[in-house]
Amino acid sequence: MAREGDRRADPEVARRSRLLEGLRLEGEGARGVAIALLSSLVLAGIIVVAVTQSAGWPEVRRTFFDWGDISSSFPDIARAFVLNVKIFLVCEVFILVLALVIAVLRSLPGPVFFPLRALAVIYTDLARGVPTILVIALLGFGAPALQLTGVPSSRVFWAGVGLILIYSGYVAEVYRAGIESVHPSQEAAARSLGLSRLQALRHVILPQAIRRVIPPLLNDFIGLQKDTALVGTLGVIEAFNQSQIDSNATFTYGAYLAAAALFVAITIPLARLTDWLIARDRRRHQAGGGFA
Amino acid sequence: MTAVRLEDVRKSFGANEVLRGIDLAVDDHEVVCLIGASGSGKSTLLRCLNLLEPLEAGRILLGGEEITRRGVDVNAVRRRIGIVFQAYNLFPHMSVLRNVTLAPRDVLGLSRAEAEERARELLARFGLESRRDEYPDRLSGGQQQRVAIVRALAMQPELMLLDEVTSALDPELVAEVLSVIRELAEGGMTMLIATHEMSFARDIANRVCFLDAGLILEEGPPDQIFTRPRELRTQQFLERIIAAGRL
Repeated sequence: MAREGDRRADPEVARRSRLLEGLRLEGEGARGVAIALLSSLVLAGIIVVAVTQSAGWPEVRRTFFDWGDISSSFPDIARAFVLNVKIFLVCEVFILVLALVIAVLRSLPGPVFFPLRALAVIYTDLARGVPTILVIALLGFGAPALQLTGVPSSRVFWAGVGLILIYSGYVAEVYRAGIESVHPSQEAAARSLGLSRLQALRHVILPQAIRRVIPPLLNDFIGLQKDTALVGTLGVIEAFNQSQIDSNATFTYGAYLAAAALFVAITIPLARLTDWLIARDRRRHQAGGGFA
Repeated sequence: MTAVRLEDVRKSFGANEVLRGIDLAVDDHEVVCLIGASGSGKSTLLRCLNLLEPLEAGRILLGGEEITRRGVDVNAVRRRIGIVFQAYNLFPHMSVLRNVTLAPRDVLGLSRAEAEERARELLARFGLESRRDEYPDRLSGGQQQRVAIVRALAMQPELMLLDEVTSALDPELVAEVLSVIRELAEGGMTMLIATHEMSFARDIANRVCFLDAGLILEEGPPDQIFTRPRELRTQQFLERIIAAGRL
């Protein structure tokens, strides 16, 4: 506890020590950091020399790493990438709600609710079993072809529905793990005070469950952000499709790298945030506390 | 007036018969202590009373009204009975004040101000007012258990069930919790207390029931049970307790 307190005293020290911790350098001191830096530079040097001296390198560089290709296609791809981000943000909201409903249905006790529990199980099994690209094709091409009145015919809309359906299956399982990790004595305490099952769920069980599953939820966020590229298979212009167009025009692949860089620019910060949350969670458990 | 009456209450977990026909009546303002070895059915009896466990057979009447009949509003029954558990079971994601005001607000429909006023009064009465914004994991075991008692009291129950509330505490923290219970008894609270604290039971109880293998084998005033037990099993149990230095 005292150590925690000392660290908290100086925000700069705290920030740096978290960074070092993530790189497993905590407690190594200045000398340790210097050694790590040196060995990293040596390794990087070896890799650069080995790659650039290899026989096929000029060809590889021309096809993939032409700076002109990458930078000239970047603005178009970045503009198209806005659609990926939009799909990601909108779908995520619906996924978080739908998955919670499914997880709660699956946790209902008693024989009366058997059909709802069974439906929830079948749903999560199907959602996790069918390839995402297949569902997107099925809905993105199929649903607009029905030409139903009152139903949007946009491919992006239906691709989004597909992503929501698939990812809700995964996220529901994450929620369920969280709900089951809350000790039954918590529900007993809530019910013994006269709270209904729903009130106990809302005030006592779900707040604890959701807090515990934030790191795995972020993992699924990362997966969803990447899978927005699948919408491009419907012919919609998003980052992946735009890079394909650019690449076809130049017969080089730098445009793909530009798109990859955009995805990574979002997913890597999310991954680091997840790591940090997991580490913080572990520290709290080791400190014996849980929630403060 | 009888506060609560149990008639031939039976309960099994699988093949294990935990309660084998319990008959017990507790009067208003009476304090009844349940003693007996681990596994004799004390905790199960309290959980059945609060309808946390369904009965196999028998009836329970609360203030003359049968609460084990079909279609009874279990939430309404639980509102009238407070229970405190061995492991406190506070809500770890809520402050002390929120732990205490949750049920009064959401179950009784009190306004936030009313519920907090009631909570502050109770917390102050038991020396916890400075802790009201803390989270449970910042409190000692004794403080947590006192908060759990306050949380149950905030519902103004007609009956309190205490399930070995000092068993999880370090020895030096037991006294602060027992003094809270003593104060409740002096205030006229009807209580059914499962406990291993024999000298406390002797001191506070109007009546002591010795449970053995799911039956009330012997009951009577504490002096009689602790000094002149009639049943051989009661004598053996108390001898073991004395040998362990707990009486």
